[in-house]
Amino acid sequence: MRKINLTIYVLLFFLLPVLSYGQIEGEVLKPEGGSFLLRGATVVTVTNGILENTDVLISNGKISNIGTGLSASGATEIDCSGQFIYPGMIDSGTRLGLVEVGSLAETQDYSEIGNVTPNMQALTAINPNSVSIPVTRVSGVTTVLSVPSGGLFPGTAALINLNGYTPDQMYTGFNGVPMNFPTSARRGRWDRRSDDEIKKDAEKALKDINDIWERASTYMKLEDAEADLQYYPEMQQLAKVVRGELPLLIEVNKAEDIKNALKWIKEKAVQNAILTGVSEGFRVADEIAAADVPVITGPVLALPSRSSDRYDAAYTNPGKMLEAGVKVAIRTSDAENVRNLPFNAGFAAAYGMGKEEALKAITIVPAEIFGVDDHLGSIEEGKSATLFISDGDPFETSTQIMHVFIDGYKIPMTSRHIRLYQEFLERNPGLEKH
Amino acid sequence: MKKFTYIMLSIVLFGAKSLYAQTPKGDVLIQNATVLTVTQGTLEETDVLVEDGIIKKIGKDLSASGNIETIDATGKFLMPGIIDAHSHLALDVVNEASAPITAQVSMADVVNPFDVGIYRALAGGTTVAHGLHGSANAIGGQSITMKFRYGTSNPEDIFMKEAPRTIKFALGENPTRVHGRGKNIQPRTRMGVEAIIRNGFAEAQQYKKAWESYNSVKGKKNNTATPPTYDLRLQTLADILDGKIIIHCHSYRADEIYMLINVCRDFGVDKLVFTHVNEGFKVAPELAKYTMGASVFSDWWAYKFEVYYSTAYNAAILMENDVVTSINSDSDELIRHLYHEAAKTQRYGGLTDEQALSLITINPAKQLGIDEFVGSIEEGKQGDLVIFDHHPLSVYAVPQMTFIDGVKYFDINEDEDDQRIKVSPTEMVEPVYLKAEDERCMHGVELFMQEAAAFNHTH
Repeated sequence: MRKINLTIYVLLFFLLPVLSYGQIEGEVLKPEGGSFLLRGATVVTVTNGILENTDVLISNGKISNIGTGLSASGATEIDCSGQFIYPGMIDSGTRLGLVEVGSLAETQDYSEIGNVTPNMQALTAINPNSVSIPVTRVSGVTTVLSVPSGGLFPGTAALINLNGYTPDQMYTGFNGVPMNFPTSARRGRWDRRSDDEIKKDAEKALKDINDIWERASTYMKLEDAEADLQYYPEMQQLAKVVRGELPLLIEVNKAEDIKNALKWIKEKAVQNAILTGVSEGFRVADEIAAADVPVITGPVLALPSRSSDRYDAAYTNPGKMLEAGVKVAIRTSDAENVRNLPFNAGFAAAYGMGKEEALKAITIVPAEIFGVDDHLGSIEEGKSATLFISDGDPFETSTQIMHVFIDGYKIPMTSRHIRLYQEFLERNPGLEKH
Repeated sequence: MKKFTYIMLSIVLFGAKSLYAQTPKGDVLIQNATVLTVTQGTLEETDVLVEDGIIKKIGKDLSASGNIETIDATGKFLMPGIIDAHSHLALDVVNEASAPITAQVSMADVVNPFDVGIYRALAGGTTVAHGLHGSANAIGGQSITMKFRYGTSNPEDIFMKEAPRTIKFALGENPTRVHGRGKNIQPRTRMGVEAIIRNGFAEAQQYKKAWESYNSVKGKKNNTATPPTYDLRLQTLADILDGKIIIHCHSYRADEIYMLINVCRDFGVDKLVFTHVNEGFKVAPELAKYTMGASVFSDWWAYKFEVYYSTAYNAAILMENDVVTSINSDSDELIRHLYHEAAKTQRYGGLTDEQALSLITINPAKQLGIDEFVGSIEEGKQGDLVIFDHHPLSVYAVPQMTFIDGVKYFDINEDEDDQRIKVSPTEMVEPVYLKAEDERCMHGVELFMQEAAAFNHTH
């Protein structure tokens, strides 16, 4: 009897793992590392023209070779004939990873309490497992700037690639400090302050910014003199901006405010300034070009800021600034729908910017603005294998994105949106239970 | 003599009134276009003749009689005017959020014909929009179907008079937040939402019965019955039960959609359209069998919890399950590029050109009960047309001209930049909005939300 019992226990012991695994079904798709040979594609390099019928070899996370008739030598071969290779699209202004469900305060990690909090690190709060990340990257948007918001200095923005299990694995070489430039515009129709109040608020905000800048300059000087400083993380961070180590991303939209911002940049001799938003840039495009300050603008799919504006003012804004000689990158300012970046670029293209320049505005131009063009923004040997393969023009909604690579990892072409489609296209049971 | 003058005056005045109520009708011949009829395929190098506001003829080498304007559309695309089944554009207020049932109010009373957004919608090819009450109440107010005849100061000129009556319902987070959490009255849960609607319908049945029994004895001799008190709110609900009003119900989750289908089946109501309906794909077979369809966003999700488990493939799944599906804007911004929103269904689910175009033309027309008048290019239908330079589903498509009833309301080459028709003389400097308000489903409920948690989303 005891023997039989023992046999049962032994049997159970061997069955246990089988039973527990038995409750898990279905394939798990993970990013796949290794070497890949993308065979016979039309390569849209962005910086070196379009290469027909060309192979691209990916190894060690990099584009190791571009040519024809490359040998696979152990790499996984992917037939790309009739398809196109583009560099991964870069959204130069988003909230991706910093919020999960827009209206739920518990999931909003983009706005800290306080008016001057430049030391708040977006990278810390980015959730690598946000459901929005796979939803975004299967569209070919591989890289985004995640930007905190609210107050005068909301925090430090971080450029991330949309693959990795920790923020550090995602981080891809750029930090910047956003600043909300004081504005005399209304924040929305609900903003019922009088004209005088708005003006006073803007003046006070400018005075605050000037004071803070002064203090940061002093802090920097003391630091440089190796003074014994007390812990002051806000000023530590801003001193880096004053010193030019960290770029300043100045959010400004109204024409008059843009002019004031340009004046302010000059006055303070800001070394590394980038204008963001710039929805009325077209009104002062020449001034921006003359100041030689790059611009990150968008969303392009937006209403005009004035009711007297032509209906397409937001669509034509990037093209008009470009024509005046401004360096223009395009952003969505979105979180869960960053996947609309190519469509924002498409509208800018249709309304004056042209396809080629609009593509640059979401690839090489932001890479240059962020100083990461050594590894992102184009298909070139030695750059990061952060790219996608499509069956056509990625701005067109009818185009399908076939494969995405990020830092050399082959990304599974799935997301919750796609899985729900697979589950519910033909529901079973349908209308009747049997 | 005096009587004669009075009669004559009445005739003259009556005539003047009907003349006044007459909206403009135009004549136009559009030649040599690629005509996307939506219901009858694509016709290459084809002419479309509109006379007195109606599509008279579709064919080759048509000639116009008299001085009809002729437009050469060689190399261009002609599609029916775009129809938006969910908009709050040109409405002064949106929510009468004071009670869970406010069927007595009507958006027809708050139409603002001066809204420059109307012109911007026309510049995006949208000719018809359904102006809905907001989503604060389980049963909201009656909505208004508009034709965007911009340039008039009379709100009635932009009503689409042929359109049947419609009313807004709302389920889920919005009514429970406004009333349950905001005011501590029912509904606070999805159970409460069902109860509120059932109570409303049951009350309307009693109201109907009271009137029916009064009417049955009214004419009879020695009858002493007094008429029931007229109640616009209950009368409107009774009209829903009688099938005189189409319900357009704000909804997100599959369970609440299924709930309202059941409630309506219990009360014999079949004029039911779901709007937003982000989880409609989960109950697509039920939507196909029991409703007039679903009107969805192309890709909005995750802006609140009840849309966290949704998918941009919603429209494609619904279409493949034979649900009458449309794509709407709910936004003064999106209403300007619904052709692009519809085109996204080719990325997310691979719909054909014709399927994608039907999402913003004939399908919303069906959901609004106006498909015999608009929604496709067919002889006998109203002359609502848009000319595009590229195929409208291409991201590079730019609308060139927009016609309503054969009258041109938008022309990319002739129109001035500033299209306001009312400029405030007290406005010294025109305001600049950093974020132009474009989403308004929950507009006007802030008052009720003071006790509730942070209020920062609008759908």
